[in-house]
Amino acid sequence: MTDITVFRASAKAWLEENCPASQRMPVIKQQQIWSGRKREFYCDDAKLWFERCRDQGYTVPDWPTEYGGAGLSQLEAKALKEEMNVLGCRPPLYDLGIWMLGPALLEFGNEAQRKEHLPKIARGEIRWCQGYSESGAGSDLANLQCKAEDQGDHFLVNGAKIWTTWADKADYIFCLVRTDHGAVKQEGISFLLIDMDNPGIVVSPIALISGESEFCQTFFDNVKVPKKNLVAELNQGWSVAKGLLKHERKLMSEIGGDVPSPGITPVQAAIQYLPIKDGKISDTNLRAKLVEHEMTMRALGLTHFRSFEERMSGNANKNIPLIMKYIGTEEMKNKAELMLACLGMKGLGWEGDEYTEDELMVTRGWLFSKTMSIAGGTNEIQLNIIAKQALGLPD
Amino acid sequence: MPLVLNEEQRLLKETAHEFFASNAPVGALRKLRDNKDKTGYCQQTWQQMAELGWAGITIPEAYGGLEFGALGLGAIIEESGKTLAASPLLATVALAATIIELGGSENQKQQFLPKIASGELTLALALEESAHHNPTSITLTAEHKDDGFILSGEKCFVVDGHTADYLIVAARSSGAMESGDGISLFIIDANTCGIKRRRTTFADSRNVATVEFDGIVINSDNLIGELHKGWRILEPALDRARIYLAAEMLGGATECFDRTISYLKEREQFGVKIGSFQALKHRCAKIFVDLELARSAVLDALSAIDENRADIAQIASLAKTLINDTYYLVTNEAVQMHGGIGVTDDLDIGLFLKRSRVAIQLFGDSGFHKDRYASLCGY
Repeated sequence: MTDITVFRASAKAWLEENCPASQRMPVIKQQQIWSGRKREFYCDDAKLWFERCRDQGYTVPDWPTEYGGAGLSQLEAKALKEEMNVLGCRPPLYDLGIWMLGPALLEFGNEAQRKEHLPKIARGEIRWCQGYSESGAGSDLANLQCKAEDQGDHFLVNGAKIWTTWADKADYIFCLVRTDHGAVKQEGISFLLIDMDNPGIVVSPIALISGESEFCQTFFDNVKVPKKNLVAELNQGWSVAKGLLKHERKLMSEIGGDVPSPGITPVQAAIQYLPIKDGKISDTNLRAKLVEHEMTMRALGLTHFRSFEERMSGNANKNIPLIMKYIGTEEMKNKAELMLACLGMKGLGWEGDEYTEDELMVTRGWLFSKTMSIAGGTNEIQLNIIAKQALGLPD
Repeated sequence: MPLVLNEEQRLLKETAHEFFASNAPVGALRKLRDNKDKTGYCQQTWQQMAELGWAGITIPEAYGGLEFGALGLGAIIEESGKTLAASPLLATVALAATIIELGGSENQKQQFLPKIASGELTLALALEESAHHNPTSITLTAEHKDDGFILSGEKCFVVDGHTADYLIVAARSSGAMESGDGISLFIIDANTCGIKRRRTTFADSRNVATVEFDGIVINSDNLIGELHKGWRILEPALDRARIYLAAEMLGGATECFDRTISYLKEREQFGVKIGSFQALKHRCAKIFVDLELARSAVLDALSAIDENRADIAQIASLAKTLINDTYYLVTNEAVQMHGGIGVTDDLDIGLFLKRSRVAIQLFGDSGFHKDRYASLCGY
């Protein structure tokens, strides 16, 4: 047996022994365990599963053990993930620190910052949010104006961020701030870590078309931030941001962001809600669209896998990650539209006992899916990036 | 399911790339077309390919082949698609040799496979009877007589049909018209008296023929596999051919796209390169996405052949559908983005456009394969 088969077998055995049965079902949004000072467990099993993973380093399996990870290689981490998928194990912990800030600190942070922040992320003690966009800096992110002034022993931050996801629940925010107004716009930006408990920070949730408010506006009024919270050099924040955006886009292409979904595929919904004749969904138009969706999803999965294999074989194809955010989020929107089409009028209920929870989730999920091709860089920007970086088309 | 080529396969692909670029560039197809070549492909080039072992690339070593596997043949066919190289690779190697390998008797294997591998024999599958791929809709009859059979009926769109040395014929020996049950496969010398073959001229300048069987008497040695049970061989063989054809189409679509991108980087209007226009950039980026998805599906499908996987029918329909739709989009956009020159015969883009539509129809268009995929998935 090779090392990886040995690891896989032991990971599988560990999961089978330690993952409670209730944590092996598809997770719904209300039951996700998010990090933070205000962390809540909806049941004992979820707490147990989280604690066991935390103690094993499995909240962040591929991080070094000294920062709370399990020190797994890429291959081992992939094997663990696959085994978790086979058993249907829920992710033990959700947090932007795990997905985005942690990898960025491992790449750009100094040792003191890693020691201070990574173990808390791994243990689920601090919940992070992201402060990038501003009302005048959306697709043109580098145009951001929220500023940090050097006051000797600290920075003084003033300005406002928008689309800060779950800022009302977060403990810390990683922020892009302007530290030099004179420079070319990308060159005057720095990357700061800010404690949300600081006086001068006000968070205001934004109501969305889906009826939810997970996006916020976050205002900074003379907020003092210690100098040690600057990641990378002063005015080098854009490189950190770009590195981190890759993690965000990869994430959005993989897990479907936060689109609420009742955990069934559009095809399953069609079988449940539409007439079937001779074993076929009798609405031929919808049936064709469903096949196209299933085919795209399968090709997407294969492309993820190919990308991984190419990386492992030492011939990493840097163009694949560029396309995944675009096609992944477009297909999520398509999936939400198909769910709506399959449920018909039942997919349009807003609230009340006439509709099941799952049906209401279809309506809300469909509306929320519209954010997917906007957040993390609009898909039009993604197409620009593909055209430039993968195809070499001129500016 | 390897989705990347190993070192050996990569080297083969590079060799194939160089071979087709120097021995069978797009200009070679033009020449065959303009000279109204009677064979429709260059026999000398085919012999060179056979000498390289490509005619027997998937054939087991025991029958004189290289036994190099599907990813190997896929790599060669993909490269042949980039130069639109006309050759018996598809009809003889991808399809006919596969049928014999999957369903032929030991005698048939010994009789045909070594000669296919050496390039001595070419074969063709006489299957279709109408304008749309419909492999169970077979009316050509195989009637029992004494120890043998009598074949009567007509086949159309037989790829390489007018030049092949042998024909494999899908005939109805029993059963209802649209049923897989009751189909039998026969292999027969194409020059048998009573077989009438007419080459038809096709838009892509390749070979398809109409073949008439006027009461042809054959004996039971000509039967491939079991009587009435030819579908068990034909369907998996068609799936393999679909996958290899998808590889050819992937090559063609990639080449056509690359040529278009190069043009956008050269051509100037309003004082700038037209590739700087966002109206074109976004369309190109979307094509690129489709191409990469299709590439993953084709590679997985080729691996599925090598691994003899149970889901080969599904993945064949997936790969063929994705590449059908992508090749269609690429060629249309390539013509449009080249502007006026795109509709001239001088430019090769039109040849890709023509080949794409033929390849889309061959072995099933997207409507056929979407319906099949859904049925295989149980909806």
